[in-house]
Amino acid sequence: MSADLEKNRGSLEIKRGHLIFALMFILLSISLLLQLEEQTKWVLKVKLAAQPRFWPAVSLVGMVLFTGLYILYLPQKKLVRADWLETRKWVQTIEFPLWFMIYVNLNPILGYLPSTLIFVPALIWRMGYRTPIMFKSGVAFSLVVVIVFKSFLDVKIPGGAVYEFFPDSVRNFFILNF
Amino acid sequence: MDLLFSAIEILSRWDVFLALLTGSVGGVLIGAIPGVGPPVAIAILLPATFSMDPIVGLTVLLGVYGSSMYGGSIPAILINTPGTAVNALTTYDGFPMTSRGEARRALSLAYSSSFFGGIFSIICLIFFAPVLAKIAPLFGSREIFLAALLGLILVIVAHRGQALIAAALASLGMFINTVGLEPVKYTKRYTFDQSFLAGGIDLIVVVLGLFALSQAFILLQGEDKKLHIPRLQGSFFQGFKELSRHPRVAAVSATLGVVMGMIPGVGEFTAQFLSYTYAQRTSKRSEEFGKGAPEGIIAAETANNAVPAAAMIPLLALGIPGEALTAMMLSVFYVHNVVPGPQLFQNRMDFVVALYLSLLILNVMVLVFLLIATNQLIKVVKIPNRFLGVCVLTLSFVGVYSLRNSTTDCLIAAVFGLFGFILKRLSLPIVPVLLGMVLGGIMEVKLRSAMARVKTPFDFIDRPIAMALFTLIILVLLIHVRQLLKSRKELRQKNG
Repeated sequence: MSADLEKNRGSLEIKRGHLIFALMFILLSISLLLQLEEQTKWVLKVKLAAQPRFWPAVSLVGMVLFTGLYILYLPQKKLVRADWLETRKWVQTIEFPLWFMIYVNLNPILGYLPSTLIFVPALIWRMGYRTPIMFKSGVAFSLVVVIVFKSFLDVKIPGGAVYEFFPDSVRNFFILNF
Repeated sequence: MDLLFSAIEILSRWDVFLALLTGSVGGVLIGAIPGVGPPVAIAILLPATFSMDPIVGLTVLLGVYGSSMYGGSIPAILINTPGTAVNALTTYDGFPMTSRGEARRALSLAYSSSFFGGIFSIICLIFFAPVLAKIAPLFGSREIFLAALLGLILVIVAHRGQALIAAALASLGMFINTVGLEPVKYTKRYTFDQSFLAGGIDLIVVVLGLFALSQAFILLQGEDKKLHIPRLQGSFFQGFKELSRHPRVAAVSATLGVVMGMIPGVGEFTAQFLSYTYAQRTSKRSEEFGKGAPEGIIAAETANNAVPAAAMIPLLALGIPGEALTAMMLSVFYVHNVVPGPQLFQNRMDFVVALYLSLLILNVMVLVFLLIATNQLIKVVKIPNRFLGVCVLTLSFVGVYSLRNSTTDCLIAAVFGLFGFILKRLSLPIVPVLLGMVLGGIMEVKLRSAMARVKTPFDFIDRPIAMALFTLIILVLLIHVRQLLKSRKELRQKNG
C-alpha cells in the first residue's frame, strides 16, 4: 500500500493541503464512529448482516481505517505555510455557497424570475465584469433559464410572496410561468 | 421482429424525438464548453426529467451522455483543453495537428472515429441483448451483492496512486446512504434527532453538490483565459476516408471501449489509454504519436465513444452502475418505477430495445449536427470561465430546489459543493463517493436478503456465477497487491 502512496508523491509535491484535509476527514470519521452506539440500534434475534448498525459500522470503520493508512503513507507529514494558504482558499470559497443560499432564500420572497434577474447580474458584477455585454448576456441567460425550466419544463418552483400583491389576472400568470 | 416494431412505436412519438434532439445537441454544446461536462449537465437536468415519461427523460440524459464526448473533442483539438475529462488523450495529437494548420482534418477524424465507436458499441449491445436476457435472471441477491462489491473494488483500484483515499471516500458514500430511517426495523441511524435527516440524504442533492456546485465554485474561483480559435474552412467528410485507412486501430479501439465499458468502474479512461497504447505500439510511425498522428485521435475517440452504450449493460441487466453518469441515471429509472435488473429484460424488453435504438439515432443526429454546425459551435468555447460559473450556480438552484422546494436540501447541496470543491482542488476523486452511496445501498439490501437464505458462509458462493464473481474479486485484489509490491520494489531499486 505504501507504493500506492509513493505514486501520489509526485502530485502531492505540487498540491498542498492533503494533510489538513485528511486530518479533518479522520477527525470527522472518528467522532461519527464514537457515536455509533448512540446513533444506531442493535436489534435482538436479528442476524448480523440485517442489523441496523451493521452498515454504518462497516462504512465508518472503512473511513477511519483507509484515511488512517492514507495519513500514514503521506509523504509530507509536516504542515507548512503552503498548506495554510491552500486552506485559506477553501475558506474564501465559502463566499459562493453564501451567494447561493442568498439566492435560495430570495426565491420564495421575490419569485423565481425577479430573484434570478437580481442574482445573476449581481454575481456578474462581483466577478469583476463591467462591460454592458456581460450584463446583457446575464439578463438574457436569466430569462432563458426561467422560461425553459419554469414555463416549458414546468419544474416545481413556487411563486414568490410578492406575487400576492399583483392584480388577479397578472398574479396567476406569474405564479404559473415565472 | 415484434419487439423491434414495439420499440420503434415507442420512439416514434414526437416528444421522444424532441428529447433526442435536445439531448444530442445539448450534449455536444455542453461537451464543447471546457469546465462544464456531462456530469454537471446531467445532475442539473435530473430533477427536470422526473416529470417526463421514463423513455423521454432517459432519452434526454442518454443524449447528453452519448453526445458530450463528440463535443469535448472540439476544444481538445482547437485550444488544447479537453471539453470533457475523457477527451484528454485527444489533445495529444489533435492540438499538434491544429498547430500545423490541420484543425479541420483533426476534427473530422475525431467526429468519424467517435461515430464509428458509438455505432460499433450499439451493434454489440443489440447482439448481446438476447444473451443478457438469458444470463441476467441467473443473478440472485448474492450475485448482485458480489457484482456490486466487485464494482466498488474496481472503482477504488482504478484510481491508481489514490486507492486508499478512494476507499475512504467510497466508505463515506456508503455511510451517507445509511443516514435516516433504515428500511427493515425502521430505526433511526445518525439522524441526531433532526427531522430533516430522518428521510435520509437525497442522492440527487449530493450529486448536485458534488458535481455541479463544486464545479461552479471552481469556475468562480478561476480566471478567464484569452483564446485564439482558428478559422475552419472546407468539408468535414474527409475524416471517414482517413478512418477507413486504419481499420485495425478503429476496430481494436472500439472493442476495447465495449469491453472496458461493460466492466463497472473501469470506463473511458482505461479504454482510451489501452487503445492509444495499442495504436502506438503497433504503428510503423510510433514516433509521430503525440505530435499529430491520425491513429492517436482515432484510438482515443473511438474508444471513449464506444463506452456509453457498453456502460448501459451492467446498469440495465443488473441494476449496477459502473460510473458516475450511469449512477445518476439509475435514480431516474427508480423515480419512474422502472427497476433496472434481470426483471427489466424479462418484462420490458421493448423498452430496452427502444433505448438501444435511441442511442443509434442519437449518434446519427450528432454527426449531422457537427458536420453542419461546427463553425458556429466553436464560439461556445470562448465563454469566459467565471461567467460560466455564474451560469452553473444559477442552474444548480433549479436542480436542487425543484426536488422538494427545500432550503435545507440547498444547504446540504452547498456543503457537498464545498466538499467537492476541496476534493477537486486536491485532485482527489469524487466518483467513489457517489458510487459508494449507490452501490452501498444495493449491497445492504442484497446482502440482507441473501443472508436469510444461507446457513454457512460457503453457501454464499455455491452457485456458479457467485463463485465466478467471488474468484474475480480475489483476483482483482491479488493483482492490485502485486502491482503495489512491484512498484514499491521498483522505487526501492531507483532510490538505490
